[in-house]
Amino acid sequence: MSDARLDVRKTYKLLIDGAFPRSESGRSYKVASTKGAFLANAAQGSRKDLRDAVTAARGAQAKWWNATAYNRGQVIYRLAEMAESRRDELAEHVALAEGMNSRTSQKTVSASIDRMVWYAGWTDKIAQVLGGTNPVAGPFFNFSIPVPSGVVGVISVQESSLLGFVDAVLAPICAGNTVVAIASEARPTPAALLGEMTSSSDFPGGVLNVVTGLTSELAPVLAAHEDVDGLDLSGVTTEVGDELAALAAGSIKRVYRPHEKESDSSLRRLRAFVETSTVWHTIGQ
Amino acid sequence: MSMCAPMNSAGTDVSDRQLANSQLGSLEYDPAPESAAIAKLKPSYGLFIDGGFSDGEAHQQFATVNPANEETLSMVAQASSVDVDRAVSSARHAYDKVWSKTTGAQRSKYLFRIARLIQERSRELAVVETLDNGKPIRESRDVDIPLAAAHFFYYAGWADKLEHAGFGVNPKPLGVAGQIIPWNFPLLMAAWKLAPALAAGNTCVLKPAETTPLSALVLAEILEQAELPPGVVNIITGDGVTGAALVDHPDVDKIAFTGSTEVGRMIQQRTAASHKHLTLELGGKGANIVFDDAPIDEMIEGIIDGIFFNQGHVCCAGSRLLVQESVADEVLRRLVRRVEQLRVGDPLDKNTDVGAINSAAQLLRIRELTDFGESEGATRYTSSCALPQKGYWFAPTVFADVAQSHRIAREEIFGPVLSVLTFRTPEEAVAKANNTNYGLACGVWSEKGSRTLWVAERLRAGVIWTNTYNRFDPTSPFGGMRESGFGREGGRHGLEAYLNV
Repeated sequence: MSDARLDVRKTYKLLIDGAFPRSESGRSYKVASTKGAFLANAAQGSRKDLRDAVTAARGAQAKWWNATAYNRGQVIYRLAEMAESRRDELAEHVALAEGMNSRTSQKTVSASIDRMVWYAGWTDKIAQVLGGTNPVAGPFFNFSIPVPSGVVGVISVQESSLLGFVDAVLAPICAGNTVVAIASEARPTPAALLGEMTSSSDFPGGVLNVVTGLTSELAPVLAAHEDVDGLDLSGVTTEVGDELAALAAGSIKRVYRPHEKESDSSLRRLRAFVETSTVWHTIGQ
Repeated sequence: MSMCAPMNSAGTDVSDRQLANSQLGSLEYDPAPESAAIAKLKPSYGLFIDGGFSDGEAHQQFATVNPANEETLSMVAQASSVDVDRAVSSARHAYDKVWSKTTGAQRSKYLFRIARLIQERSRELAVVETLDNGKPIRESRDVDIPLAAAHFFYYAGWADKLEHAGFGVNPKPLGVAGQIIPWNFPLLMAAWKLAPALAAGNTCVLKPAETTPLSALVLAEILEQAELPPGVVNIITGDGVTGAALVDHPDVDKIAFTGSTEVGRMIQQRTAASHKHLTLELGGKGANIVFDDAPIDEMIEGIIDGIFFNQGHVCCAGSRLLVQESVADEVLRRLVRRVEQLRVGDPLDKNTDVGAINSAAQLLRIRELTDFGESEGATRYTSSCALPQKGYWFAPTVFADVAQSHRIAREEIFGPVLSVLTFRTPEEAVAKANNTNYGLACGVWSEKGSRTLWVAERLRAGVIWTNTYNRFDPTSPFGGMRESGFGREGGRHGLEAYLNV
């Protein structure tokens, strides 16, 4: 036998309610690099895992929204700090998953971290940009504030395993929603790593839940789930998206569908999962 | 006036004081002083220009003292007009060559770094602030420093989102901003000035107040730690002469001043015929209006906080209490009792409520005005607390029977002195509250929401607190109407002061 050290291989698990369980189904699936080499085993989440994740997200939502916007910004900024300190690990996974050279993958990681910083700054500005007072014709103080839709299901984009995932989950989270995300099926490890980082950056358990597995099996469950308030369909084709959007109509979900080309400074994603709440207050002696 | 008849009868007054004193006696705390060594002060500081510290060209220095014991804390440089010119040139060069070409996302990340470093050095900064200013450590630790960090954090987020701020497409910075700040919240005022200016893309020359330069100099160290490009922020110490040189410098695009209305007026005159943009945050004589249905315990605490927070060295202090006649006796009786219980003394002690007056000059002014209060016929209640032998101290004081014509009802005292007036109807409350040249802040206390809004609509003040007082938040615009100045700091609105829009 050679003296070469045998490496310790990691199993990538789900993130539900701040814990990292295997799939309740006991299944896992092989994740390969773009060149076909074995990368890892990832948990193959089930219908039940998704339901548990939605329960966790629902349970966490009020607490997350009731935290101050300042606090939510600090927590998201902390995630950027965590990601920066583990950037080489992220870059390695992005490189293998997306078939990039290391320079490009480092750039992708930088862009992803900067995106986290962008969202960290939004938490306490959404109300100032999307809300306001309304000069109604009468003795009333009338104002509108943007409030989160609630629990948002994200079917993450398949190609962009990190940057796309960051954008899709942090936009609703920054607005005060909690998220159940289905990671890129073929490239789930960067999302799983990011999930691990949330658990060390003061994210309350259940704010971000990550389920890995087969999109075709999981997406319809999420789309039809009655306790999900919004759905991001970035990770499926237009045809599948149409079917899922129809399922989402069952409980009047807010549906976000990607545009061909979205500018980095677009607020579409932020606006997708906020509601406008308007208060009338009387004025008089 | 009827409200004070029971108060003036010695019996009620004395028994209340005895009650207060006996309660105080049973609640005596052991001293719990924070260590002054945490401040790690240097014997002297230079001027922070072009990314490093250097001596002033004239090598002149002056002492900054601890107002609680009159001991010299450190020597700081007196910047001359030559130094001011060097600082402005450095800011101009940094603007042209570096900062105007730095993306919003990059500026954002510098500001986040500064916010984080303030958080990391918060204990040191709190002690520095308390030593130099005289404010209680509880306030510097729980208010000044965390809010300063939060301000940088908030504006960090704006730097890459200016197009969403509602000032039109592609908003541009002004250029070089000259910023002159007061001594009452030294680091916090530096944060209020620097954070929005940098987020909007300006470079800065900041002049802290003569009596409180130290926390700004620690901030300069933090800017170095954050690797902010040289010249983007220059911090120069000095007195009014330095400030005037900055105001008059032809290559400054914007002056932001916080301080007295008297100096603000002078600055407006001196910049009137120039291209310079100007924002002023000046004095105030805030009315705290109390209706008879207000919850009394919260309201008493709110009035106390409104005037004795930071020794009353607060431009938005609730220095005029307007109380509805039907509850005036009760409110005054409880106020006087509460004032007796305030713990006045060592600012470094964690149990201290009221610290030292910032300077001998300020103490003189407070004494002059309160003497006037008595000679004009108001009834004075001063806490019987013991005051330290050395340092600048003034015992918390309440004046009853104050008329609108009294100097203590018209002039900003900027000290721990409350003037109490009465009213009968909401209209009268509004009229009295607005009977001032100032217009910075007001408070309204009532359980009836519709009434607080009715009053708020009619008050000529930039900030109105209902059932609370002296609340500050980076997201909330702050600033005055009328002779309290113009321009807002904080919030989305605070960006406007530093954008060419």
